[in-house]
Amino acid sequence: MQKIGVFVCWCGSNIAATVDVEAVSQALAQEPGVVFSTNYQYMCSQTGQDLIRDKIKEYGLTGVVVCSCSPRMHENTFRKTCEKAGLNPYMVEIANIREQCSWIHKDKAEATEKAIILGRAAIAKVQLNAPLQAGTSPVKKRALVIGGGIAGIQTALDIADAGFQVDIVEKKPTIGGKMTQIDKTFPTLDCAACILTPKMVDCAQNENIHIYAYSEVEAVKGFVGNFKVTIRKKARFVDTTKCTGCGLCTEKCPQKKVPNEFNLGLDNRRAIYIPFAQAVPKVATIDPDYCNMLKNGKCGVCAKVCGANAIDYKQQDELIEEEYGAIVAATGFNPIDLSKFNEFGYSQSPDVVSSLEFERLMNAAGPTGGTLLRPSDGKHPHTIVFVQCVGSRCDGGEKGKPYCSKICCMYTAKHAMLCREKYPDTDVYVFYIDVRTPGKNFDEFYRRAVEEYGVHYIKGMVGKVVPENGKLKVQASDLLDNRQLHIDADMVVLAAAIEPDKSARPLATMLTASMDTNDFFTEAHPKLRPVESPTAGIFLSGACQGPKDIPETVAQAGAAASKVIGLLSKDHLLCNPCTAQPDEMMCNGCSSCEKVCPYGAITYIDKEFRGPNRTTLLRRVAQVNPAVCQGCGACTVACMSGAMDLKGFSNRQIMAEVDAICK
Amino acid sequence: MQVNKEWTPTIVAFCCNWCSYAGADLSGTNRLQYPANVKIIRIPCSCRLNPMFILRAFQRGADGVILCGCHPGDCHYTTGNYYARRRMTLLFSMLEYLGIERERTRVEWVSAAEGAKFAATMNDFVKTVTALGENKRLEDLRCKE
Repeated sequence: MQKIGVFVCWCGSNIAATVDVEAVSQALAQEPGVVFSTNYQYMCSQTGQDLIRDKIKEYGLTGVVVCSCSPRMHENTFRKTCEKAGLNPYMVEIANIREQCSWIHKDKAEATEKAIILGRAAIAKVQLNAPLQAGTSPVKKRALVIGGGIAGIQTALDIADAGFQVDIVEKKPTIGGKMTQIDKTFPTLDCAACILTPKMVDCAQNENIHIYAYSEVEAVKGFVGNFKVTIRKKARFVDTTKCTGCGLCTEKCPQKKVPNEFNLGLDNRRAIYIPFAQAVPKVATIDPDYCNMLKNGKCGVCAKVCGANAIDYKQQDELIEEEYGAIVAATGFNPIDLSKFNEFGYSQSPDVVSSLEFERLMNAAGPTGGTLLRPSDGKHPHTIVFVQCVGSRCDGGEKGKPYCSKICCMYTAKHAMLCREKYPDTDVYVFYIDVRTPGKNFDEFYRRAVEEYGVHYIKGMVGKVVPENGKLKVQASDLLDNRQLHIDADMVVLAAAIEPDKSARPLATMLTASMDTNDFFTEAHPKLRPVESPTAGIFLSGACQGPKDIPETVAQAGAAASKVIGLLSKDHLLCNPCTAQPDEMMCNGCSSCEKVCPYGAITYIDKEFRGPNRTTLLRRVAQVNPAVCQGCGACTVACMSGAMDLKGFSNRQIMAEVDAICK
Repeated sequence: MQVNKEWTPTIVAFCCNWCSYAGADLSGTNRLQYPANVKIIRIPCSCRLNPMFILRAFQRGADGVILCGCHPGDCHYTTGNYYARRRMTLLFSMLEYLGIERERTRVEWVSAAEGAKFAATMNDFVKTVTALGENKRLEDLRCKE
């Protein structure tokens, strides 16, 4: 019989307001094996932890039950406390009486009764707990960053600076991400390319960084410290070691009618292309969907003009296997598809553009060379209407997103300001629900747009945009003046909501990292662990975790890098000791457990056992490699002879909990 | 047994550590109410649920048992919930054969972000089991004091 101590936490009033903590500690004191039971205001505080430690020593406790918040919150805290008092950390069980009791019930009697039952279940379990020792596994000192935008670049640079090897996997032909398409950045109006391209070059030149551009992650196996990743390097049909990036092929290619995705289809590129002048790596890529040579074997111009002899029409996708200790997801965002928003006429008129398209139209490296011209007739627009929150903050609608996209208020202020600065004769209207400018120098920036640049900010939504006689008839409401407005605009710019990149969902499945309902990656704790995924060894950087502007993305990228560095600087990691363990006497060597193990942790050996009359028997029995086993427990159920059990969650322990709950 | 108190069912919910237990925590964090007769047991993965545990719960007087795990494809251990799904399909048809109403058992996929779904599922399940009444068929009265 264990000597168990029960510690009931009030959590201030979080638990104590709905659960009679005194009654709980008294009731649990009557349970078999309980030698001490008490309650305290904050069990996780230093005083609370000291209390647990003192009582372990005073009563010689062999098991501890803490009735408090979720074990996901403080299980480790209390395990460490007990370890310091000389008790094996796995002799602690948590009864979750906050998240799963006091917070969800209003009736005090009911909640108290439930808390007692949950406490009983934990006591029944701890009776059967056994001390466990965590093993260790080595750490592969190499990190993988998935996504080569500003988030991925910054993370990789910071990890590389600490002296660790980093690989960046980017699905596009060049790293740089969305920031390469941006003209100027708020609130300083400095040129995006001027601050980004040096970082891209740093990445390429850093000897600790290897860039897999035009590549995708195909499969991820393993666990923290020992991930095995398969990377598909897509065929560029250009030998990257030979290509000098001179760009001659991109001028001579006869296939001129390929929509240029870098300019969001506002102009065309060739079938062989370099996305933009500062691309890293600066090598050409053949688009197999448009290349005449690849499609029907008739052309070969690029191969003829290439002085470096780099064109290889027979190139195949390449699969690369690498091992990593940590993985950072930095898959970024995309603006949502606006074609669903018929009321704004996005599909009807080329002069209704998204903000990112407008960004390209303003960019000196864009399709118009930086002169703002209407896509329909190439004329200079005189009246421009900006519509905010297109698809953001749409509650319950299928078209939009429920959240605020965070960056639109600021970039719209930037666009409006730049328009007025470059072309003072234009009238600029901005329709908004709210203007949200929480950030350093953000509100000052917005006020400058209104006060100094004379941008017309109107609170209200645009109801309809109708293309008519080369103009866009904008119908809108002015909520503050309570009147309807009709504006004949030359251009309408829609601030599209941003959503996670489509590649994030399948990646999350590969990484077994969780996502929220909007497909943003979930963090391990919304406040205290914002850059870690709940899955050990997976970290989050940038807008894949939630809408973010550039400074926030860079800050989070640095934070993720420091977490990765912390992990990689360890030589060994402690393994989860709650692993499967077979009872060799009961094992009949049937292989059922081996088949269901997702990690291949189970092997078989022939072992000698003592038989009758001093004979020896050779029997085939299962062996579990504790460094590989992750403790899911699939094998324990598959085992037909009941030989396999899971440490920390044994059959007897779980059944003891069931019994305590059903009593 | 208290006779004068209105009967409420005893519900055992097995939740996988990575998705559903976190989902249950989230419904707590968001203060989404569900009846107090639901008691949660944390297991590492839905595939850890031995059918024996469900039989044990019914034997000891549970009126309903629910298993919550990660959505198919999202299992922390890659394939665990697929095994759980198959095992439960077999177990539930066996229970039905034994005369245990199909509605007393349920498998639900609840992700770590679906606190609202967890609470809604529990409310619905408690309602269903309450309508069915007490589980008498598998309960072993020798286990009761």
